[in-house]
Amino acid sequence: MTAVQSLGDTRDVGSTASGGGAVETHPVRRRRRRRLTGANFIPWLFLLPAALIFLVFKFIPMAEGIRLSLFEVRPFLGDIFVGFKNYATILQDEKFLTASWHTLVLAGGQTVGAMVIGFFLALLLEGHTKSLWFVRSAVFLPVVAATAVIGEIWRLFFYPAPEGFLNELISWVGLGPWEYIHSTDTSLVSVMFVGIWKHAPYDMVLILAGLAGIDRQQYEAAAIDGATTPQRIWNVTLPALRPVITILLTLAAIRGLRVFTEVYVLTGGGPAGSTDVWMTRVYTTAFEQSEAGLASAGSVLLFLVTLVLTVSVQWYRRWKEAR
Amino acid sequence: MSVNSSRFDSAIGWSARPDAWLSRGIRFLFSALAVILFCGPLLVIFSGAFDHNPDPTKLSVIPDNPSLINFQVAAENKIWHYLMNSLIIAGGALLLQLAVSVFAAYALARKKFRGQAIALLVILATMMLPEEVIAIPLSLVIGDLPLVHVSLKGTLLGVILPLGAWGFSIFVMTEFMKEIPNELEEAAKVDGAGELRLFAQIILPLCKPALGVIAVFGFNMIWEQYLLPLIVAADPSDYTLTVALLALRSDDMVGTGIVLAGALLALVPSLVVYLSLQKSFLRGITTGAIKG
Repeated sequence: MTAVQSLGDTRDVGSTASGGGAVETHPVRRRRRRRLTGANFIPWLFLLPAALIFLVFKFIPMAEGIRLSLFEVRPFLGDIFVGFKNYATILQDEKFLTASWHTLVLAGGQTVGAMVIGFFLALLLEGHTKSLWFVRSAVFLPVVAATAVIGEIWRLFFYPAPEGFLNELISWVGLGPWEYIHSTDTSLVSVMFVGIWKHAPYDMVLILAGLAGIDRQQYEAAAIDGATTPQRIWNVTLPALRPVITILLTLAAIRGLRVFTEVYVLTGGGPAGSTDVWMTRVYTTAFEQSEAGLASAGSVLLFLVTLVLTVSVQWYRRWKEAR
Repeated sequence: MSVNSSRFDSAIGWSARPDAWLSRGIRFLFSALAVILFCGPLLVIFSGAFDHNPDPTKLSVIPDNPSLINFQVAAENKIWHYLMNSLIIAGGALLLQLAVSVFAAYALARKKFRGQAIALLVILATMMLPEEVIAIPLSLVIGDLPLVHVSLKGTLLGVILPLGAWGFSIFVMTEFMKEIPNELEEAAKVDGAGELRLFAQIILPLCKPALGVIAVFGFNMIWEQYLLPLIVAADPSDYTLTVALLALRSDDMVGTGIVLAGALLALVPSLVVYLSLQKSFLRGITTGAIKG
């Protein structure tokens, strides 16, 4: 009975998929079909809102972006197909090349910086007491605050005159005054610093989760073996955190490559293009120079890079697990 | 050994014994430093917003000259209008996102159907597609929706709809719904409950913890939006509060006080949501990152 039913099942699904429905059949079979198609129809009904939104606001734009990247876009005049010319233009464009370099430096610096600070924060704040919980919640606030808000306050802190907020602070220890985001020498590092400040507590939470999963007996065993605290962290804690660190590195690197808001709010890519990153470049190309074709090619390139990065990390993890 | 075993409660071996004053002292000192470093800048926003002080070099954590003038000037610059835009977008997009996620997750977690694997794959694909990458073509699509040819440019709906479905929420919800035991559903079916009743009265009430997680994450994701409202806006009056901060950087009378007032208004909703749903948030970070 089950075999027959499953056979009928597939046949019915097949005929529904091919669009048939008005074909007259035996009453019993028709009833069964209605029930079966009904059962198959309901899940899709529940998925419909998500599918519709994704289609219109994700997949169609993606396809449209790929199409536009192959055209010279001329509003009202009609687009001209140019093949891969836009890609060639971008890959030879001085400003895009500088921007890609800045993006890599910024993504790399922020990723590693946030991870290191997050790790030390996690070591500092690991524990179950109420006061530690309070400190963790407080330290986490930068993650919650909107990037635009954070950008604005740090922009004020970075006031370049000697009596600026940060300059005042660092003068207490005999440093400065620095120009931060207002000088081409220090602007990228300053933006990186704000990024690290915002993302380090996020990394802290994940690392804390990793720390909680470490078997306490390993620490005890290390102590019996006479390991010092640094040795214990190096040989027991860090190896145990490796999966968490891999995840964090991937997430942060991808986030770093598409960085836009921090830079746009803090410096707008300046001064003199010294903090221009890939996405601010794409934005300028699209909305200030009205070169939608070029900008789309830039977006597609960014997508390809993040895709390659994500997929290769996934493969690497699979391969590691398989071994 | 038991007296000393607290040494093994943490990676670094912090001692909890009352007489371990050095360990406790160092930890207290560094914790205080961390709080100052990570909360100080946000405190400065609070203080600066209520401080009548046009000079950006005179920021502090306690207002020198307490006043509400920053907010009055900000109000003249339509700050409440921007805040309203932000709140409508956050409310609308969040409700839509919650509904869409719960519906999709119900199908993915509680049903077996042909094409299920593909549906999951497609949703995964949307998560691999950074929002920034599709921003430029998206601005064109919003200006002329496919098939219906309606322009959402300059409307709040133009920001709300694209945020209405989020792969992350769908996944978190799906994973959670998978854990609900089948027996409940079977029992309800025997009692003759229909599909909608099953969904609304059996499954949905059990999903409250996961709803908290996706609500706080959804809110955060929506409030964080910058590029999307920027490209959807037809003119500055369509800006959300976070985007409008850029236009409110300085005022002749209150100087940078105006941007601090705006920043404070943009900060408070995030803080309220985070502090009230904190447990959900921290739980979501760990599950979300490991699943995604």
